[in-house]
Amino acid sequence: MNNQRRTVLKAGSGAALLSTLAAAGLITPGMALADWNKAAFDAKSMADTLKALGAGSPADSKDVQVTGPDIAENGAVVPVGVGTTLPNVSMVAILIEKNPNALAAAFTLPEGTEANVQTRVKMGQTSNVYALVKSDGKFFVATKEIKVTLGGCGG
Amino acid sequence: MGNPMKIRAANKDGVTEVKALISHEMETGQRKDANGAVVPAHFITELTVKHNDKLVLASEFGTAISKNPYLAFKFKGGAKGDKVVVSWKDNKGDTRTDEVAIG
Amino acid sequence: MNIKTHRISLAAGLLAAAALVGSGQVLADAATDEIAKYREMLADGNPSELVALQGETLWKTKRGPKNASLEQCDLGLGPGVVKGASAQLPPFFKDTGRVQDLETRLMTCLETLQGIDTKELAKTRWGKGEMENMEALVAYIVTESNGQKIKVDLKHPEMKKLYKLGEMAFFYRGGAMDFSCATCHGQPDKRIRLQDLPDLRTQAGAAAGWGSWPAYRVSNGQFWTMQHRLNDCYRQQRFPEPIYGSDVTIALSVYLAGNGNGGTVLTPGIKR
Repeated sequence: MNNQRRTVLKAGSGAALLSTLAAAGLITPGMALADWNKAAFDAKSMADTLKALGAGSPADSKDVQVTGPDIAENGAVVPVGVGTTLPNVSMVAILIEKNPNALAAAFTLPEGTEANVQTRVKMGQTSNVYALVKSDGKFFVATKEIKVTLGGCGG
Repeated sequence: MGNPMKIRAANKDGVTEVKALISHEMETGQRKDANGAVVPAHFITELTVKHNDKLVLASEFGTAISKNPYLAFKFKGGAKGDKVVVSWKDNKGDTRTDEVAIG
Repeated sequence: MNIKTHRISLAAGLLAAAALVGSGQVLADAATDEIAKYREMLADGNPSELVALQGETLWKTKRGPKNASLEQCDLGLGPGVVKGASAQLPPFFKDTGRVQDLETRLMTCLETLQGIDTKELAKTRWGKGEMENMEALVAYIVTESNGQKIKVDLKHPEMKKLYKLGEMAFFYRGGAMDFSCATCHGQPDKRIRLQDLPDLRTQAGAAAGWGSWPAYRVSNGQFWTMQHRLNDCYRQQRFPEPIYGSDVTIALSVYLAGNGNGGTVLTPGIKR
């Protein structure tokens, strides 16, 4: 077990551990459904969120992609995805720097699930959106700015 | 509880793509109603996807996931007719499970 | 709007526009192209599908004093035919002796088949009670015409009459701001902020507008019927809003659908 993993166990709340166990098939999904990383979702800043996720200071990686539009017509629904070609990805997360709480979603990926998840998020304003991935026990990150605008009268 | 989800699961070349639309308010707890009272937060916190009985995705959501959440991802394996089961739980303890056969 | 040729990023577009061209139009074009990409990303997984799912269940559910489903409702293609029905709406209906749009036709079916009193609908707020049911039914029915061609038959004298009435309503100026529908939708290449406004007098414009409503609006997470859309146009013009199911909204629908004939039905749409 490397240092990174120990950090996760220590800093990440129960959810990170549970997710890891669920991914390893040690516990049932029903049990995994019973916890939620409150500390990470309650954290406001990027730094606090990363800390709560046990990610510390993740390395920038060209092998991680944030997909999304350059400009969103409405901040209430912004299509965003996280993808990576890095190996052995156990977790991916979406963070929005300028939202009241940076963490939008975290996904635990069991073996066999592709490291590419698409969803839709709310953005209060134009912001950098971060894709965080955990590959071989280490954290990597990539970012993309998405501009949020207001449209006219609705088409 | 809640309204039915719309789940699509299609297998192509040994990989199953899952797309799900989930009916949920995803209220942030930061909005005020017409009388100025804060609308309490009401959002999905956890969502899992299983292929038959095997977990293929475990998600944790915050309030920043859009109303009527959308999710798309792929997993290796899955055959036509296999079950894909999506379950969610929200911060008020409501849950819902829907399933679809892989097409 | 040419989507293919302006594949420059917004940032690059902004710089180029500021440094080289200094033209607001270039800037707006780059931004509207980016918005077109945004809309494309949302098209797969339109939350209208959730509303349509409820509508389909409702269509088949026995309700009302007569405890009947809507499965025998005639939307113009015969009792129970839903597929393609909304593409040819509004037509003249012999049984009621008038031109009806989808919502007023559904009101007829609610009354005759299920015995539900629809007078209350006009007093019901959008998204509430029986109005929410109406929206679900509309979502289901218009989904079943997605991909079809708009084909509204204007030959019947009543249809001709309503087309004329719709045209008059479209150009009629009034309200506190002396606006008409045509103020925003009666010229080519107009926009509000970053949104292009279709010229609803033309076939292409009317097909784009009529063909993509009813729609799900992401800004409020609501599904809007055509009556709701048209009423909101009146609200934005600072007119009094028409009573639900009014002839003026049916007439405007005939005008828009008639102008858009031959265009593709892309309902339900997904909008800002």
